[in-house]
Amino acid sequence: MKHPDFNQTIPIDEVGVTERVARLNSRSIKKDSKVQALKLALSMIDHTTLEGSDSPGKVIQLCKKARQPHPAIPDLPTVAAVCVYPRMVSVAKKELKGTDINVASVATAFPSGQAPLFMRLEDTKFAVSEGADEIDMVISRGAFLNGEFNLVFDEIAAVKEACGEAHLKVILETGELHTLENVRKASDLAMHAGADFIKTSTGKVSPAATQPVTLVMLEAIRDFYYKTDKMIGMKPAGGIRTAKQAIQYLVIVKETLGAAWLNKKYFRFGASSLTNDLLMQIVKQETGHYQSLDYFSND
Amino acid sequence: MSNTETKEATYKPTSPNSKLDFESVWEYAPAPQDSDFAEVKDRYELFIGGKFVKPSKGRYFKSTNPATEEEITEFAEATQKDIDKAVKAARKAYEGEWSRISAKERGKYIYRIARMLQERAREFAVLESMDGGKPIRESRDVDIPLVAAYFFYYAGWADKLEYAFPGKKPVPYGVCGQIIPWNFPLLMLAWKIAPALATGNTVVLKPAETTSLTALKFAELVKDCGLPDGVINIVTGAGQTGAEIVNHQDIDKIAFTGSTNVGKIIQKSLAGTDKKYTLELGGKGALVIFEDAPIDQAVEGIINAIYFNQGHVCCAGSRLLVQEGVADKVIQKLKDRLETLIVGDPLDKNTDVGAINSKEQFETVNKYLELGVEEGADIYQAKCSIPENGYFIRPTLFTNVSQSNRVVQEEIFGPVLTVQTFRTADEGIDKANNTPYGLANGVWTDKGSKIFKVGSKMRSGVVWANTYNKFDPTSPFGGYKESGVGREGGMHGLAAYIRN
Repeated sequence: MKHPDFNQTIPIDEVGVTERVARLNSRSIKKDSKVQALKLALSMIDHTTLEGSDSPGKVIQLCKKARQPHPAIPDLPTVAAVCVYPRMVSVAKKELKGTDINVASVATAFPSGQAPLFMRLEDTKFAVSEGADEIDMVISRGAFLNGEFNLVFDEIAAVKEACGEAHLKVILETGELHTLENVRKASDLAMHAGADFIKTSTGKVSPAATQPVTLVMLEAIRDFYYKTDKMIGMKPAGGIRTAKQAIQYLVIVKETLGAAWLNKKYFRFGASSLTNDLLMQIVKQETGHYQSLDYFSND
Repeated sequence: MSNTETKEATYKPTSPNSKLDFESVWEYAPAPQDSDFAEVKDRYELFIGGKFVKPSKGRYFKSTNPATEEEITEFAEATQKDIDKAVKAARKAYEGEWSRISAKERGKYIYRIARMLQERAREFAVLESMDGGKPIRESRDVDIPLVAAYFFYYAGWADKLEYAFPGKKPVPYGVCGQIIPWNFPLLMLAWKIAPALATGNTVVLKPAETTSLTALKFAELVKDCGLPDGVINIVTGAGQTGAEIVNHQDIDKIAFTGSTNVGKIIQKSLAGTDKKYTLELGGKGALVIFEDAPIDQAVEGIINAIYFNQGHVCCAGSRLLVQEGVADKVIQKLKDRLETLIVGDPLDKNTDVGAINSKEQFETVNKYLELGVEEGADIYQAKCSIPENGYFIRPTLFTNVSQSNRVVQEEIFGPVLTVQTFRTADEGIDKANNTPYGLANGVWTDKGSKIFKVGSKMRSGVVWANTYNKFDPTSPFGGYKESGVGREGGMHGLAAYIRN
């Protein structure tokens, strides 16, 4: 496949994107469609802990929550995956054995990516050997902003190779790319280089995921699909805390890419506190009342 | 892997030109706007001299909800005697209290009207959608806020007219006859009444016969706000009533928004009289999309330009002129976007495209759809479902057309877009200008210098760049050529109501 010239920029009009997002946010999602959306969102969560202070105990708690988010409600979907640092992958794998919850690992010197390539590839291979089903890598933002697109491309391709069977999510760190045109360019670059998913953020930099950025990335995926017939997944990460926001994201996905992307295979939420808000809203829909947060586990 | 195949096999593209399925997996449940609180009387009288009075000939005409085809109320038919009464009331008010009170006090009345519109905003929005067919989301988020905004804006000018016209002591006309259309009923009322009152005139206003409900609700508001009797008079009726207003001897100025054909009739009637007039008429706006435009955002602009308000917009961008190199891409994206437009019940909060305003307009638009096909155009319509009752038309594209097609030349006033290509900027400008109309055009390009170069050569009163259908009370609006004469909005809108 002939790659586009990444030195060319596709124009993106920020005002237009903001208006489109505002129009999508005006959708009124009620009753059955709301309950369905809440459960769908829950099934798409990558339940995440990426702290320096993470320990096996912490990760085990997280995995138990992932398996059984809220015992009071039967028949809830489990989350899609648990996302941890490479050293915790084996712990997560053991705890999640027998479920279909994936273990995603960050790699490539997350979050900064500022390590020599060979170390980043080792990082990746280690995580994969420990059993990670998915790898979340970071691109070299400094090189990207410097116009070294071939370098960024080659690095992604190298990491993809190191992944083996594991799926690769490429984190663009859109908060550091600043313009929507850069987001578009980075998206195209990542997809051509072999990404299975493109992801907005590490969650360590503000702003993390935003709806305008998400829309631009989804449109990039759409164009890529029309050009190559290849479906690429998308993951907004960081800053999505409420069920209302999550539903707004689902509307954006539905009206940009349609039904084929509305599942955990092609869309994920990178979040930690979102889970409880979704659970609270589900309980509200089913019983008519909001319960106190004390009824929901904090793990 | 086989799991994947089965899963993807259940997704069916929504339209033959698309690879995407916008319908399956997750559908939006109905989200009806609560409308029980909105009061509709069985019958509305004329509002003359601060009172609701019966029509002199005792005749009423029915009004229907175009989404359900059900009758919702009836309005009085104002005939010559009623118009005379209204003009007399307006004249009395003009020569009396309205000229005596200070400009600041005039401004206060207009502010009060604006505040009361905001307080009753939801009711006005619901009734606007019920009566005219436009989606509640539009009346709630666009129409009614703009209505209040125009009243607020002109309220501020009431006591500052010397600053708008330096070196002059501005003198109002006196009694103004105002005739408004059915596409933005309350907003067109605001565009007419607010500047007229701010400059010290009194008015006799006739709403369109298919959308008189919010005007009469407004009359109730006027009564409640304590405005001196006769400053605002609302008379209902159809073309004949309008003609009575235009021809009335004691009206000083006529303001009309409507079709070019009727505008010409009015111009002819007024020739040789000393009545001043402003006319805001039809249009056939061009959307000029260059290769270097932000394409996805341009497509959204097209949607706003022609499918917003069901295409019932005088400044609608109904002719797409796309640079040949990106034509296929734009058309394919446009067709995909069409599949996410929801056409249906105007009172559902998710509806994007509501009902066509009336049976008459429904038939007119359908005639143009037939005509286009007869002329050899290729017709493409969104694949969405539409309700069984009511006047609904799916968003439509005509490709394989050129300047000489009637559907390209004539104003259709419906959700119908024609698509043509151009190769150079000069050709694009030329095609955009090649029309007897000149109300609004849009330009899409990422290059700033091109916006100025192309925009300055377009012969239309309004040029939008990388956007469309954006209104603001500070911004003057009006047309060149057969799109009318005079401007509304901003300081220009004041000038229309000042004699000197």
